[in-house]
Amino acid sequence: MPRFAYNVGVRIYMDYAATTPTDPRVLEAMRPYFTEVFGNASSVHSFGQEARAAVDRARRTLAEALGCQPSEVVLTSGATEADNWAVVGVALAHEAKGRHLVVSSVEHRAVLEPARWLASRGWEVTFLPVDRHGRVDPDDVRRALRDDTVLVSVMHANNEVGTVQPVAEVARVARERGVLVHTDATQTLGALPVRVDELGVDLLSASAHKRYGPKGVGLLYVRRGVRVEPLLRGGSHERGRRAGTENVPAIVGFGKAVELALADREAEQARVRALRDRLVCGLLELEGAVLTGHPSERLANNAHLCFEDVESESLLLALDLRGVAASSGSACTAGSLEPSHVLRAMGVPRELAAGALRLTLGRWTTQAEVDAAVELVREAVAELRRALPRARSTARG
Amino acid sequence: MRRVYLDHSATSPPLPEVVEAVRDALERFPGNPASLHGLGVEAEGLLERSREAVALSLGAEPSEVVFTSGGTEANNLAVFGAAWARQDPHVVVSAFEHSSVLEPARRLKESGVAVDFCPVDGEGFVRLDALEDLLRPNTALVSVVLVNNEVGTLQPVAEVARLLDRAQARWGRRPLLHTDAVQALGHVLFRVRDLGADLVTVSAHKLGGPKGVGALFVRRGVRLRPLVLGGDQERGLRAGTPNLPGIAGFAAAVRFWDREGDHLRDRLRQLSGRLRAGLQALGGLRWNTPSDVDRTAPHILNVSVPGLRGEVLVHRLEQEGVYASTGSACHSRRAHPSHVLLAMGRSKAEAVSAVRLSLGPETTEDDVDHAVAAFRAALEDLRFLVRS
Repeated sequence: MPRFAYNVGVRIYMDYAATTPTDPRVLEAMRPYFTEVFGNASSVHSFGQEARAAVDRARRTLAEALGCQPSEVVLTSGATEADNWAVVGVALAHEAKGRHLVVSSVEHRAVLEPARWLASRGWEVTFLPVDRHGRVDPDDVRRALRDDTVLVSVMHANNEVGTVQPVAEVARVARERGVLVHTDATQTLGALPVRVDELGVDLLSASAHKRYGPKGVGLLYVRRGVRVEPLLRGGSHERGRRAGTENVPAIVGFGKAVELALADREAEQARVRALRDRLVCGLLELEGAVLTGHPSERLANNAHLCFEDVESESLLLALDLRGVAASSGSACTAGSLEPSHVLRAMGVPRELAAGALRLTLGRWTTQAEVDAAVELVREAVAELRRALPRARSTARG
Repeated sequence: MRRVYLDHSATSPPLPEVVEAVRDALERFPGNPASLHGLGVEAEGLLERSREAVALSLGAEPSEVVFTSGGTEANNLAVFGAAWARQDPHVVVSAFEHSSVLEPARRLKESGVAVDFCPVDGEGFVRLDALEDLLRPNTALVSVVLVNNEVGTLQPVAEVARLLDRAQARWGRRPLLHTDAVQALGHVLFRVRDLGADLVTVSAHKLGGPKGVGALFVRRGVRLRPLVLGGDQERGLRAGTPNLPGIAGFAAAVRFWDREGDHLRDRLRQLSGRLRAGLQALGGLRWNTPSDVDRTAPHILNVSVPGLRGEVLVHRLEQEGVYASTGSACHSRRAHPSHVLLAMGRSKAEAVSAVRLSLGPETTEDDVDHAVAAFRAALEDLRFLVRS
């Protein structure tokens, strides 16, 4: 395993769900495309053709990973763009059929907000409930479907609590009614098997930087024949579906990152799962610690807990001072004092949700780090709880 | 064989310091700028330093710079974002905008928005008289490119701004002014406030920066409807984890041009003058780029060989090691006459016979002379194809 500079020294990175360091092998694969092979993949001359060939190779790798045709993979600037495009693009292209969407209430904001925007423009959106583990019930999907439903969007695994959704069952229900299915696989590509036919989905979003690839590149899988209105217009790139000069080095890096992740996926997942279980066991020994999310149907690298009588942001800062990089949930909503919409949907009480901590492990996590993290969280929680009664009495006084 | 790259307007080779900045960001700034922990804070620091560099180069405040995935996204955000944020908007765009402005405008028109396409004159300049006639009390957005990407003409954007001031005096409401400055940044000195623009699109990879990153200047107080939702990044105007390595590379590119720009612009002007003179001596050419140095960018030359299809000449030039294009790379896969040249009143036959040569910082006099020789050889071989 190539060395990751931030793994040596004092820092313990446990925020792999927010973003991952770019693997040095990915960086190496990208390097020529910053220098000698710098062409515009749309140029007809040889500079352009060399760039085009590299984009096509990466696209084939990604298509093989997803079990689809290369022509069904559309490269984007990231998963947020892909999610926005899937939701808005399907809704606009299928307006003649109807203006009803079904999305789970624990989706990433990149799905929820476009859905809400459509709602403000006259679409109807059904937000699916989840159980206390954060899972969608396919029967709820069945009940939500209507003759004018054009899309069901249920993420493959949740970015905060790591719960894996029954996407294949959801898709079966939707497809029986002839409704298109989108899944946000940002957290899962390279971690779980992500085969579009096994999942039964028509659209799927993914991102490179969650899997040791570079930031600024992602994809939307669009099943052949599925009509989607473009989000970005102005060129014949990506077969006219997504305009803009191809980000060649990043696309090459995305291909390499997925190739590397798939090469040892099962062994790496087993390794990370064992570390995560060790971490969770250690943390659950702390008083007032509750594991959030599903006990078994969850991402192997995700540990999400809520601590009683601890305020999330203070805990993160206390951990950061101790060299542990963690999160309360999604980095995209970091800084917000509102309890996470995911925890609310799961029915986690507000006081408990306020003490959320997400620790996500990855390629460079070691057992020594896990053991150190358990101790440092213990210390931090104890320190904050000692300070708490004082803070409360001050507030009252 | 010697390779002379004269297609910088399609994309330019990343500058060495850009490659270094990207590598540094990838290796030393792995965090997500939105994360609260130390790695996130460091990443955010790099993001904000980069934003300051781009803002400085544009003459903007850092908070007015919104990073995007490139010029295309920034243009889409400007056009859709301005129209969607307003009731009953009327939109005017020049007829020879880049397709990332034209196609959003056409889509708005399809969905019922009033859109007008402002004509341009035979030299490649937007017609201000026609533009003024098109303005209405409900005009929400006027979009005029700063440097046309195919013919390199520098548009009178500051004069367009004055027309909009007059519209405001008349109707009490000033339309937003957007300019696509993708081909201009670095190559032409401009400050967003001197242009009087509310929205300005720039892209990194046209000036030696990385692909996959651009920005939209959004003047303080201007309301836009975001195109990409789902996060608080970029002041809510553009959700998604920022492409930090790309953004750091963009900053390195603008710093390079801020430092070397005066000298580079002179050199590009001198080299393109030499190229123009060399080609002129070959005879039988029709220039699509005017010779007026005050009204053209220093690095783009567009020329037609009447009767000879542009792509035939481009392929022949490539055999001589000279890499040019027929126009925009964004439509290179479709053999169709350039919409820019058609808007300038060229015939269909003339519009399919154009070749664009675009120079960059690493272009030398020898490169230019080689290109002239390649052109001469190509024309000698291909003259028989030319029907008079």
